[in-house]
Amino acid sequence: MKLAYWMYAGPAHIGTLRVASSFRNVHAIMHAPLGDDYFNVMRSTSERERDFTPVTASVVDRHVLARGSQEKVINNISRKDEEQNPDLIVLTPTCTSSILQEDLQNFVDRASLSSESDVILADVNHHRVNELQAADRTLEQIIRFYLDRARKRSTLDRSVTDAPSANIIGIFTLGFHNQHDCRELKRLPGESGIAVNQVIPEGGYLKYLKDLPRAWFNIVPYREVGLMTANFLEKEYGMPYISITPMGVSNTAQFIAQIEKLVNIWAFALSEKRLSYKFYVDNQTKFVSQAAWFSKSIDCQNLAGKEAAIFGDATHAASITKILVKEMGIRVSCSGTYRKHDAERFNEQVQGLCDEVIVTEDHTEVGDTIARIEPSAIFGTQMERHIGKRIDIPCGVISSPVHIQNFPMGYRPFLGYEGTNQIADLIYNSFNLGMEDHSPDVFGGHDTKEVSTKSLSTYTKSINWTPEAESEPNRIPGFVRGKAKRNTEVFARQNNISRITIDVTYAAKEELSH
Amino acid sequence: MKTLEIPTFECETGNYHTFCPISCVSWLYQKIEDSSFLVVGTKTRGYFLQNAPGVMIFAEPRYAMAESEEGDISAQLNDQKELERICLQIKNDRNPSVIIWIGTCTTEIIKMDLEGIAPKLEKQIGIPIIVARANGLDHAFTQGEDTVLAAMTHRCPEYNPRATSWEKGGVGKLVEIDAAQDQDNGFVNRKGQLNRCNLVLFGSLPSSVASQLNLELKRQSVSVSGWLPSQRYNELPALGEGVYVCGVNPFLSRTATTSMRRRKCQLIGAPFPIGPDGTRVWIEKICSVFDIKPDGLEKRESQIWKNINDYIEILTGKSVFFMGDNLLEISIARFLIRCGMVVYEVGIPYMDRRYQAAELSLLQQTCREMRKPMPRIVEKPDNYSQVQRMHELQPDLAITGMAHANPLEARDIDTKWSIEFTFAQIHGSTNARDALELVTRPLRRIRESLVSCRSLSKQAVDA
Repeated sequence: MKLAYWMYAGPAHIGTLRVASSFRNVHAIMHAPLGDDYFNVMRSTSERERDFTPVTASVVDRHVLARGSQEKVINNISRKDEEQNPDLIVLTPTCTSSILQEDLQNFVDRASLSSESDVILADVNHHRVNELQAADRTLEQIIRFYLDRARKRSTLDRSVTDAPSANIIGIFTLGFHNQHDCRELKRLPGESGIAVNQVIPEGGYLKYLKDLPRAWFNIVPYREVGLMTANFLEKEYGMPYISITPMGVSNTAQFIAQIEKLVNIWAFALSEKRLSYKFYVDNQTKFVSQAAWFSKSIDCQNLAGKEAAIFGDATHAASITKILVKEMGIRVSCSGTYRKHDAERFNEQVQGLCDEVIVTEDHTEVGDTIARIEPSAIFGTQMERHIGKRIDIPCGVISSPVHIQNFPMGYRPFLGYEGTNQIADLIYNSFNLGMEDHSPDVFGGHDTKEVSTKSLSTYTKSINWTPEAESEPNRIPGFVRGKAKRNTEVFARQNNISRITIDVTYAAKEELSH
Repeated sequence: MKTLEIPTFECETGNYHTFCPISCVSWLYQKIEDSSFLVVGTKTRGYFLQNAPGVMIFAEPRYAMAESEEGDISAQLNDQKELERICLQIKNDRNPSVIIWIGTCTTEIIKMDLEGIAPKLEKQIGIPIIVARANGLDHAFTQGEDTVLAAMTHRCPEYNPRATSWEKGGVGKLVEIDAAQDQDNGFVNRKGQLNRCNLVLFGSLPSSVASQLNLELKRQSVSVSGWLPSQRYNELPALGEGVYVCGVNPFLSRTATTSMRRRKCQLIGAPFPIGPDGTRVWIEKICSVFDIKPDGLEKRESQIWKNINDYIEILTGKSVFFMGDNLLEISIARFLIRCGMVVYEVGIPYMDRRYQAAELSLLQQTCREMRKPMPRIVEKPDNYSQVQRMHELQPDLAITGMAHANPLEARDIDTKWSIEFTFAQIHGSTNARDALELVTRPLRRIRESLVSCRSLSKQAVDA
């Protein structure tokens, strides 16, 4: 057992439901007790979804506990089949059903005999995978199911499209800014003459899945979901894929370079022509994206050397780290992710970019690290935003888990060239707000404020401050006050001083400011 | 108690949306200030608590998950040792006066003996441990509170009639009290006398609402000797023979039964103090038990009705459909019928006809007096069928969970989130306005049509 107050990634079935309900006309039936269908609430409120979430529960109650589900699951499947006639019904196990160890596959086999819809059992183990891994797995499972079937029925069209085209894999419901990213992603290759073959799973129809292999290559924008599918398509259908996330100016340029490379392999074979995106990238970087100019501008100069802490999913945390360090000259004191099973790759990505790397699922560890570092700004999830609130540090939200305010109605992509503009705004505003907040302190405005000890960790105070010395930190601007106070105490400890006088504070300042 | 024969009772498939009963944690930890709640179960439950009750989690709540892992499920780890470790950690972190374990579906299925382990650990770590099985196998949403309060009933101190002198005379004895003190309180007490009744009210209400109800009863010279739950764990009221108990919420049937059967208390069966009508009858019932003739109740009720007349004008003649998820439905429906609404259907997760008998008969009486049809009462509703029925009936307002609210709005049916009724202050005459504020909110929105199409749903409507 583990004591937990909060978690970054949800349970496995949430991932399965997110993928299933992103496809059109797919219905998910959960084998779960009453009240476990809160996914519907999440989707209906956060995404402001207008339509009923295609998820129902086959309720596990006392009777099921005593006698097994028997016909209940099968009846629920055929009922859904009749009522709404979905293309596919995904039977979704939950932690409850995994403990009950009922033979759900058997229900699926029996139900699919009588129902017009296809029926599959989501192949996820509740105790071993989390929301994101399960989503990745379910997507692959559905794609594999339909492609295998098309191959068996020889309805599979394996000829590539005449014009270069790509599939975008991994856009789905409740994803962080996924809808906006998708629009931006369609535009990115589109402007350079590459058609989008299909976007899956969001808004995808199952009947078109058989045409997936017609694309020249696949794009997997996020590391969290889609890689399994892309790997499957590469292995079985020889489709190459791009897994670079086009977030930030240099990543986007790299992403387009990859496209160029992949397209040219085929284009050369087909028409002996070579495409070049050099001019396109140049043009976009200079005129569409303001980020490159921003990093040259005086505004950004002011940010140079400021400290930031970053935490989020692997995709966003790594990309934002890279943007802050390489494109804006901000010092990243700490970069971290809760994607423990992707830790190796994350380390590789942020190596050399930040002072320390944390990989943890424990938000208190993240909170304590941030409190210790005291950065000028945090970029993280909603949890980090709340940590920032408590210790008075501004935070920009860059990754799930998120609240409803992170499903904006306005166009806010994180990917592509428009994405670079959005990110530059987000970063600049976070720092700028922090500075604005502190400027009254600089001019001695809020001197009634008490000395803030910016710490979440319990810090035993065994050192005395003389009243004069106590008031000394008050003269320091608020945003460095806590740190100055802490440094003074550290200095006092190192030098065995138990009583801090004004002299000591000055000595500490001299000693520790470099 | 007699059960009431209502011909319009139905029972459907139970395929409906509601919250998991562990959500009671999110309001109970705020009510019982020195408590700490530990939900024993899997990630699914924790994720629910973190997502459904929303941002409260960030306010450093006094609740946590004991997240069971694969080793716990397969009994490779010792439950008692694991729980001991976690409870010690909680003791160190927060030092609560009581730890309340919430058993979930997981603990039910793997048959973790929480009730057996608790007394052993209680001795070991020196903090009372209460076990409540608030799981989705047996209960819906607010019934979670019922399981916690029922478990807490056992921890209430024993009532001793000879402990204080004023109780000697038993129920209904008039005692002279300090009149000067009463004048300070600003309410008029006839004859300066107060009946010392051994009355304990049960149901978790915000402290301001609890004192409003106390005051309502004090106006009738009835003093409330305690509340279950109390603001702090060590202030739990005494229970035992000679104590009268009365519920303030319709979902507390288990607590009622436990206090009757196990603690020998006498239950006052009354409608619930929701709406001015419910509040009046609730007070009348209590007064009748203590042989008190209520004074000025009718006048007070009509005054309240007058105060909320602007809201009633909005509601009169409008129709409402309860999808059902929190068991408050009957009481609110009864109140809304009194406000002039037509209720098409009352969905309800579970209907205890004995505990709600008085409420049901008030509903019937209200329908008769208001010349409104008796609504269908659907126990364990089927949400899919309900939506079909709603398409036919086109009610002016649907009271429903958050899963259905936005989709119904897109289909041009105004909705009110039912969850809000469990968090808002709706009890007592004082809060009648607040309750109607909630109900009328969707109906008061500006009606300027921004779009010409009626339905904003993206799905094509089938013929």
